[in-house]
Amino acid sequence: MTLLLDAVTLAYRDRPVLEGVDLEIRTGEILVIAGASGCGKSTLLRALAGLLPVTSGRLLDRGEPVRGPSADRALMFQDDALLPWRSARRNVELPLAIRGMPRAERTSRADEWLARVGLAGLELRLPRDLSGGQRQRVQLARVLAGGPRAVLMDEPFGALDPQTRREMQRLLVEVWNAETTVVFVTHDVEEALTLGDRVAVLGGGGLADLVEIPLPRTSADPSLRARVLTALGAPALETT
Amino acid sequence: MRALRVVSPLAALGLWYLLTAHDVVFFLRFDRFPGPGEVLSELGRQVSTGVYWQDLAQSLVRILTGFLLAAVLGGLLGAAVARSRWAGHLLLPLFELARPVPAIALVPIAILLFPGNEQGIVFITFTAAFFPILVSTRHAVRALPTVWEDAVRTLGGGRPRVLRSVLLPGILPGVFGGLSVGMGVAWICLISAEMISGQFGVGYRTWSSYTIVDYPGVIVGIITIGLLGFLTSGAVELLGRRATRWLPSEARS
Repeated sequence: MTLLLDAVTLAYRDRPVLEGVDLEIRTGEILVIAGASGCGKSTLLRALAGLLPVTSGRLLDRGEPVRGPSADRALMFQDDALLPWRSARRNVELPLAIRGMPRAERTSRADEWLARVGLAGLELRLPRDLSGGQRQRVQLARVLAGGPRAVLMDEPFGALDPQTRREMQRLLVEVWNAETTVVFVTHDVEEALTLGDRVAVLGGGGLADLVEIPLPRTSADPSLRARVLTALGAPALETT
Repeated sequence: MRALRVVSPLAALGLWYLLTAHDVVFFLRFDRFPGPGEVLSELGRQVSTGVYWQDLAQSLVRILTGFLLAAVLGGLLGAAVARSRWAGHLLLPLFELARPVPAIALVPIAILLFPGNEQGIVFITFTAAFFPILVSTRHAVRALPTVWEDAVRTLGGGRPRVLRSVLLPGILPGVFGGLSVGMGVAWICLISAEMISGQFGVGYRTWSSYTIVDYPGVIVGIITIGLLGFLTSGAVELLGRRATRWLPSEARS
């Protein structure tokens, strides 16, 4: 087990968003957190990243309370999280530079990662000269280059067109290694079922359901889809 | 089309020549006003003297000293009051009280406080540039999107890394806006201070030309001041453009 939430309550601007969440995130799994807008998905992810303190309950990373951000839990954002004054290469170098890796080594490491996400030849481009999909590839390379134990992804493909989105999902599964835990936030049911080993559905101010998706990921059982949809729909009906 | 751009300066020059050559007087009096020819020959005479270049160098040293001090202190304090609540509560009230005072109004205080004229003038120049730089740095820090800082922190970056890799490059576009304004205000105050209490400098020379009824010398001084302002502002702008090349093209000026 990597991350453990024990009766966690989270607030955003003093208003409780999630209450009494119990969740165990296993090492090396892809856990999808799904839910309608405003259900607290991003808030939960920020807490896991250590950017937001828990109001009550315990949030543990390998048994130790999470007290702040760490290179062990890298956060990937929906858009515009690349430093715009740094080239693609220099963005990917960032976690390596933070670790103190010598320049020559981190440059070749960054270029390897960029090649792996399909951006060979674009190393020197500034973010403004890349497409939305390419920028997210750079972001993916940047979070993975640091070799974190867990990657926390906040609707990372949410701003992309459907085709680019499917490409990015394939790419994620391709470059992801089974030692890295992925926590993936989305409001898209298809995406949740395609990517997740498990889908945690948030709603009604807490955890509405936790669904195991058996392998292979690409052919999710219709009854599981129905279950996720019900879990997503039920709280939505309650709140309206 | 671009050739049209020379029309207005040439027209002004021609008008100046005609008005002074015919000693026109109609409310405005051009009978004692020097014409372009007189000014040009006076400029030719002055640039061959040591005094002209000495004044020019003196003014440049003053402006650069005051401006660089203001850039460093204004930048550091602007970032400090924006990032730290402590610094904000401690310093902002004083800044808000002092800011509305035009720096040139501090001339008597500068004369009282400083042992020499030189430090007083640099102090005035510094004060003039300090506030625009402080204010724009503070705004730039506060307007910085938090996502970059969050990204760097979850990649393992600590406070020094955030300052170096996010804050400093991220605020440069805003800071350079303040530096441009600061440079402009600094020249205004430097020239005024030199006119009031200088012993050298372009401002002093311009005013003393007036008092000894050397009107072509006055115009030469004014042209020199304009040229220096143009060059120093241009230098700030050039540096600013180099430092913010990454901005999307529609946001660049």
